Amino acid sequence: MSTVDETGAGPIPSAPLLEVDDLFVEFHTRDGVARVLNGVSYRVAAGETLAVLGESGSGKSVTAQTVMGILDTPPGVITGGAVRFHGEDLLTAPDRRRRAVRGSGIAMIFQDALSALNPVFTVGFQIEEQLRVRRGMSRKDARKRAVELLELVKIPNARGRVRQYPHEFSGGMRQRAMIAMSLALDPELLIADEPTTALDVTVQAQIMDLLKEIQVERHMGLILITHDLGVVAEVADRIAVMYAGRIVEQADARSVYRRPGHPYTAALLDSLPRLDQKGTELNTIKGLPPSLLRIPDGCPFHPRCARAQDVCRTEVPPQHRPEPGRLSACHFAEELIADA
Amino acid sequence: MHETGENSGDNILEVRDLVKHFPVRVGVLFKRVIGHVRAVDGVSFDLKRGETLGVVGESGCGKSTLAQVLMRLEPPTSGSATFEGRDMLAMKGAELRKLRRDIQIVLQDPYTSLNPRMTVGDIVGEPFEIHPEVAPKGSRAGRVRDLLDVVGLNPEHLNRYPHQFSGGQRQRIGIARALALKPKVIVCDEPVSALDVSIQAQVMNLLGDLQSEFGLSYVFIAHDLSVVRHLSDRVAVMYLGKVVEIGTEEEIYERPTHPYTQALLSAVPVPDPELRGRRQVIRLEGDVPSPVDPPSGCRFRTRCWKAQDVCAEEEPALEIRAANHPSACHFAEQRSIVP
Amino acid sequence: MTDPSTAASASSIEAHTHVLAAEHAGTETAGAPGKPDKPRSLASDAWDDLRRRPLFLIAGSLIALVLLMALFPFLFTQTDPGYADLARSRQGPSAQAWFGYDNQGYDIYARTIHGARASIVVGICATTLTVLIGGTLGLLAGYYGGWLDGLMSRVADVFFGLPFVLGAIIILSSFGSTGTTSVAQIMFLVVMSIAVLSWPVCMRIMRSAAITAKQQDYVKAARALGASSSRIILRHMLPNAVAPVLVYATIALGAFIGAEATLSFLGLGLRAPVVSWGVMIADSRDIIRVAPHTLLFPAAFLTATVLAFVMLGDAVREALDPKTR
Repeated sequence: MSTVDETGAGPIPSAPLLEVDDLFVEFHTRDGVARVLNGVSYRVAAGETLAVLGESGSGKSVTAQTVMGILDTPPGVITGGAVRFHGEDLLTAPDRRRRAVRGSGIAMIFQDALSALNPVFTVGFQIEEQLRVRRGMSRKDARKRAVELLELVKIPNARGRVRQYPHEFSGGMRQRAMIAMSLALDPELLIADEPTTALDVTVQAQIMDLLKEIQVERHMGLILITHDLGVVAEVADRIAVMYAGRIVEQADARSVYRRPGHPYTAALLDSLPRLDQKGTELNTIKGLPPSLLRIPDGCPFHPRCARAQDVCRTEVPPQHRPEPGRLSACHFAEELIADA
Repeated sequence: MHETGENSGDNILEVRDLVKHFPVRVGVLFKRVIGHVRAVDGVSFDLKRGETLGVVGESGCGKSTLAQVLMRLEPPTSGSATFEGRDMLAMKGAELRKLRRDIQIVLQDPYTSLNPRMTVGDIVGEPFEIHPEVAPKGSRAGRVRDLLDVVGLNPEHLNRYPHQFSGGQRQRIGIARALALKPKVIVCDEPVSALDVSIQAQVMNLLGDLQSEFGLSYVFIAHDLSVVRHLSDRVAVMYLGKVVEIGTEEEIYERPTHPYTQALLSAVPVPDPELRGRRQVIRLEGDVPSPVDPPSGCRFRTRCWKAQDVCAEEEPALEIRAANHPSACHFAEQRSIVP
Repeated sequence: MTDPSTAASASSIEAHTHVLAAEHAGTETAGAPGKPDKPRSLASDAWDDLRRRPLFLIAGSLIALVLLMALFPFLFTQTDPGYADLARSRQGPSAQAWFGYDNQGYDIYARTIHGARASIVVGICATTLTVLIGGTLGLLAGYYGGWLDGLMSRVADVFFGLPFVLGAIIILSSFGSTGTTSVAQIMFLVVMSIAVLSWPVCMRIMRSAAITAKQQDYVKAARALGASSSRIILRHMLPNAVAPVLVYATIALGAFIGAEATLSFLGLGLRAPVVSWGVMIADSRDIIRVAPHTLLFPAAFLTATVLAFVMLGDAVREALDPKTR
């Protein structure tokens, strides 16, 4: 899995904003060393939406936290790789520099907006605080800007809302407020970690529309971390599918859904109940995701894979490029795509 | 009421005008009631033998409270429900114990629904301890092994504790416990929403298999419309404590007539990028109002694009209007949403 | 990003690690079929964890030593603690009497060893009684809630509001002032006064743990199966609510030994002919300046024992809380 392999991943519209390069992270737990990330590489360009798709424990959130520089160490240990923002490696940059990038370069929104907002301060104060500290704005200017930001995320009566506390907001409004807060310093890249998982479908649709709109307007890079194949299909330009701390497939959204290049992606799509048809028996993926304390030899997916051969049990599949612009970590990627 | 009369002999469960209000109290020593959460506010439906009735709705629509009342975990405020023709809400003592054997529940969270201090054998065997007449003492261990086998777990794992299992396996343990007393109806309260996609499919298949094997009837409560369609024969859509539309799976998904059902279906993301921008988009404004102070007339009117004066004044009854199935909208009109 | 969001993500990743560890410990063992089962419960996990903690090992050995003193004092000394020789009054430590002699000419070493028993007995009895009263009431208040909970909590608040020393002075001076009371009666009174004034704390801890346990889905599932109240309380709520009370009990045991000494020092608790650390400290009160060793040795044993129980409580708390692992 060398960097050279990845450079051709996907049609990159312009120079990458963020480049995650061969990232390795371990968690040191009571039961041993969990290998949480095992060589993760991806790139995001300005104006592009990359969806990072995976089930719990696949490492999708840990990657984002490492990029943000908010990974808990311990138990986390970054054992290799680089996170380059505009070509500058954040992992080796001094603390001051990394703090400067956080918020104004890269911002993040979380699944649980209630616990991500401080309950003892008003929503307005939390937005203004950033503007005053980081931008040196006056109290009055910061308040004006906070109201503008709340209006931008379509919170009705923004002028009154800035004076309210997070618990006075409904779930959807709270998520909007968090988006407003993350936009305060005009970041070039926004990482959204399961932004709509805790919300109802009708509200989820509103929030996804809003995120998309803001992204297009500001030509922002967006990393959307989710387990929801439906949400990904609606907004992603490119998709990276993660399994057991690796990216097993990376391609543009249409290709992934039409002709999946990895058996795991194919099985995942197959096991989904559909809104547009009454199903009979669902196809399932047998077994469970592997323990990160003991990842199987060879391809980590082989114990659950219907296509597994002898080579899969012994050799870790390298990143193949079955077609221009897409990557797959499967020994039989070419066949799989041809069969579809 | 819809559906009454026809084939009522087939109905294992009949629910009429069920209401559950929770008082909102303030004060420390002398509590004062300042209002009511109208969690369930006049719900009626029938459940036929061997069928699955899906109940969908967003958070706060009252679907979980409905499950609690049906399980006799919460007393209803008013309304009636009959199980096999007998009034199940008035049952007491021995009759209630018998009812417990016939109606069981599978809960949402596989992490809190199993007692962490009990072994799997004790958890699945507890129903026999509570109802000793079901299985004589000597046969219980064998029964527990059989149950674990039925739900696809290794029967040798009797002595393990819940924390030694993954989420999907724990949910299977919960299903084994619900099956122990050979119930006729199982209320599934969001049984797969806490599980990962690949595990969710396994548990859904299991629920389907068990239904045909044991002739179970399900009340299947979920917020995920795709999951509900997959398992249900008929579907009830709830909004703020009321059923707004009810019909067969096909009627609700292919020919919805209530604006809320249409909006809900339109909001579900479809896992197919080809359809991007080609689907009908109905976006509702704002959030669900508080069930303490629901809007007058039609409860959906505050978010509805069709709302007229009549919607605020007159509550629309749930009756057959368009497309040959009941809908609680003054302006019910068929509209295809799902591609 | 501002602080709150960073904090939130920190806690989420922590939770994530536990899920990883728990989930995968589970899948591994559960995946292997037909292996003979070795049940791993929270208690055995906690024990495994405890055995590896130095804090627990130090506290445990100290407590074991004190318990041994209380049970078999003759293992440590052959000297009669009740034999006094005024000629040796206030003599300092020597090879003959390691801790020296007190005002009356008693052997301090022998008395310190023999004094452990009274202190430990009072501590254990007071703790047992406190946990029984507080635990039962807390469990009932937590389960039934409503007016019963309201009533019990208010009564507990009244007792909680009494300052400990003042309350004990009132109880002991009004019931134990007759002078002719026997050793057993004095001990009983001291134990009762400690328990009566301490149960509210235990009740509050048990009540909140019971309320947490009651809201769990497994209680809902048991009710749906038709389980009786006693089954729900004893099988489902008690085992899941007992951990914090256990921690409290360990720390309280140390504190009660200290309370006994305090009451004895004030002349309200145990008194001669009973030998206890508190009595010895009380006896040394007038001669501290001339013979500090009469205070030093019993006080050191008392402090070490109280500290050992507090340390044990901390170790048990950490071992029982899966989040700190």
